[in-house]
Amino acid sequence: MKDKLIEGIVENVLQGRRNKDDEGIEEENIGEPGVAELVQEALDNGIDTNTILLEGLSKGMEQVGQKYETGEYFIPDMLTAAEAVEAGMTVMEPYLAGEGTSEGKGKVIMATVEKDLHDIGKNLVSIMLKGAGFNVVDLGIDVPAARIVEAAEEENADLVGLSALLNTTMVNMEDVVKELEKKGLRDKIKVIIGGAPTSDDFASEIGADGYGKDAFAAIRVAEELLKAGGNK
Amino acid sequence: MSQRGVVVAKPYERLSREQVELINRTSLDILKSPGILCYHEESVSLLEKAGAKVKATREGEHDAWWVSIPEKAVRQALDTAPSKVTLGARNPENQVIMDAEETRVHFGSGSETNYWLEVEPETFVSKQDGREQVFPVMKKSRGNVSYLCRSAHLANNLENLDFFIRNVNVQDEDITTDNKDVNVFFASLNNITKPVIGGIADFEQLEKVVNMAEIIAGGKEELIKNPVTSFITSVIKSPLQVVAETAEKLIAIARMGLPVVISTSPQGGSTAPIDEMGMVAQVNAEALTGIVINQLANPGAPVIYGAVPVRARMDDLHDMYGVPEFCHYNMACAQMARYYKVPCYSTAGVGDAKVPGVQAAVEKMFTYSAVPFAAPDLIHYAFGLLDKTQTFSPEQAVLDNHQIGMVKFLHRESGVNAEAADKTKQIVEEVMNSPYRMYARYARKMLRRGGVFGGFPFEGENDDQDQTLLKLNERFRQLEEVEPQHLPEDICSRIFEQTPGLLPRLNPYA
Repeated sequence: MKDKLIEGIVENVLQGRRNKDDEGIEEENIGEPGVAELVQEALDNGIDTNTILLEGLSKGMEQVGQKYETGEYFIPDMLTAAEAVEAGMTVMEPYLAGEGTSEGKGKVIMATVEKDLHDIGKNLVSIMLKGAGFNVVDLGIDVPAARIVEAAEEENADLVGLSALLNTTMVNMEDVVKELEKKGLRDKIKVIIGGAPTSDDFASEIGADGYGKDAFAAIRVAEELLKAGGNK
Repeated sequence: MSQRGVVVAKPYERLSREQVELINRTSLDILKSPGILCYHEESVSLLEKAGAKVKATREGEHDAWWVSIPEKAVRQALDTAPSKVTLGARNPENQVIMDAEETRVHFGSGSETNYWLEVEPETFVSKQDGREQVFPVMKKSRGNVSYLCRSAHLANNLENLDFFIRNVNVQDEDITTDNKDVNVFFASLNNITKPVIGGIADFEQLEKVVNMAEIIAGGKEELIKNPVTSFITSVIKSPLQVVAETAEKLIAIARMGLPVVISTSPQGGSTAPIDEMGMVAQVNAEALTGIVINQLANPGAPVIYGAVPVRARMDDLHDMYGVPEFCHYNMACAQMARYYKVPCYSTAGVGDAKVPGVQAAVEKMFTYSAVPFAAPDLIHYAFGLLDKTQTFSPEQAVLDNHQIGMVKFLHRESGVNAEAADKTKQIVEEVMNSPYRMYARYARKMLRRGGVFGGFPFEGENDDQDQTLLKLNERFRQLEEVEPQHLPEDICSRIFEQTPGLLPRLNPYA
């Protein structure tokens, strides 16, 4: 029973099926339990959250990553799978809170910086971070530095992820770093940046901790920073 | 109906109905006066019986006849010429079924190039910083039968190639006039399961080639039903001259009931007028002449209107393919063939460039983007041809296959319908009520159904170098490793028993 449920979770992550109403890759799956239903069933059958997370959701995402590496899967597949993982995490949330592990791999504040209205890249990273097991608070677009830092403090965040698409707005990323310093939070909260005009050099220049050239790189950098920083 | 090729939903009509009729009228007037200069006595006799006025003359050392072809002979030929013609194939699923009243476009190879140009990656060391980098070095060799086999095998594995015209001229020492045709047809048919179309160099070899095709198809009648090979005859030497030897082949093929392309290739500026009106009126008159002779020889025989009009370079009078006039000529001819309800053989994708690269890509993409809009049934010369048809490059053919895939995709149906409209409203509703308002989930469905074009597959990794040719070479090498689909052993044995002159090294079971 346990193996079958966990296998079902992995398979449905690969199919990108959040719940029974989703089609997945094979359309005949409509009506069959998706990740949300299977995670609930697993919990009802006494399977612990750690097993569901590691052997089900994370393993599914790992396989999705492998398929992406070999060219079998594309970004839409990754996003859809990440959404399915998120659906499973939502079901597990009350259980994780009860166990005191609701932050997963860490808490991340995501935002597109002030005066910038672009959100595709930021959304991509948010969804993928959730799929990778991070607890993400997405503040949206055109967010002033002060609000980002305020939210990071309120949420006791480990990491701030900043996005910008314009040369004219990327400079506002530095304001967030300065604001964190001003509030004495810089040692506690890491900052990563991304977006078309940004670069590794720019990240160093403004005092950010990391740069993600794409969503996958952003997740790798986030994982490395939080592991190295030992925040959790 | 064949699933190969692509349907062009609304063909671009460059010419108005009045302009089409004006060209038709002009061609008919040209056929009447000055008429054609015919070097083939039997053709003259057939035309005379159909009402043509004939006047004997001498052209140098040859007998010739001025033939004034009446309009009624043309009309009668167009009445009997079928609008549906099937190009058979070893694998019947690969048949190309043409219907002049439909608009399905098929892409194929050609022509007999003298050279095979292949990439050989070589490592170079930078004088500036000692860095090693791999660059494509081009190796050019004279065509031979081994290259022909490799090109047919490659063509079998290019998913966007619908029919095969041999693209390498064989120049082996043991190939002579007496054995060339049987060897080139066998080399083609033994390596590809798609339709094969080709010219016959020596009339004496025609029966042997047809016998070979009958063995493959399973008999004489089966060959008529599934003509695994069809023919091309360049019966016209522009301007307006009927060549004796080719006319003889054309008549023989017509009487066998096998499909034949009447291919005429005038050059605008030298052997035809350079302006569109003049060029199309002449090339149309030439194609009609071939159709008339074919239908007089065997009314109802499958025939294809083949027009290969090119423009002359103004600096050296060589053929020029990658220019707008080339597209004008060919698009107009496609319209004329549709007007006559005869399947059309057209041309696109030749690079005037000598090697693959920027020039070749510009020229090729230009013509095989434009010409298919006119929806000819067949587009030949579309794979690997460079240096004005003098050179075949397998790497270029692999790239052309991708580019033609883009062209085929371009002409896909729009998918705009009531069901899709309902689906759109449902998806927009769902996405607008989701956290990130992204359509990736729905893009994925299109992706999985083949509804999203895959992008450029030969992109390099280096920031300072175009690696396309190296990537194409890798892909070509991969395709060369695909197991060949040779003819079965018993068929090969029978062909070798009954076909003198076949080179033993071509027998895969020897």
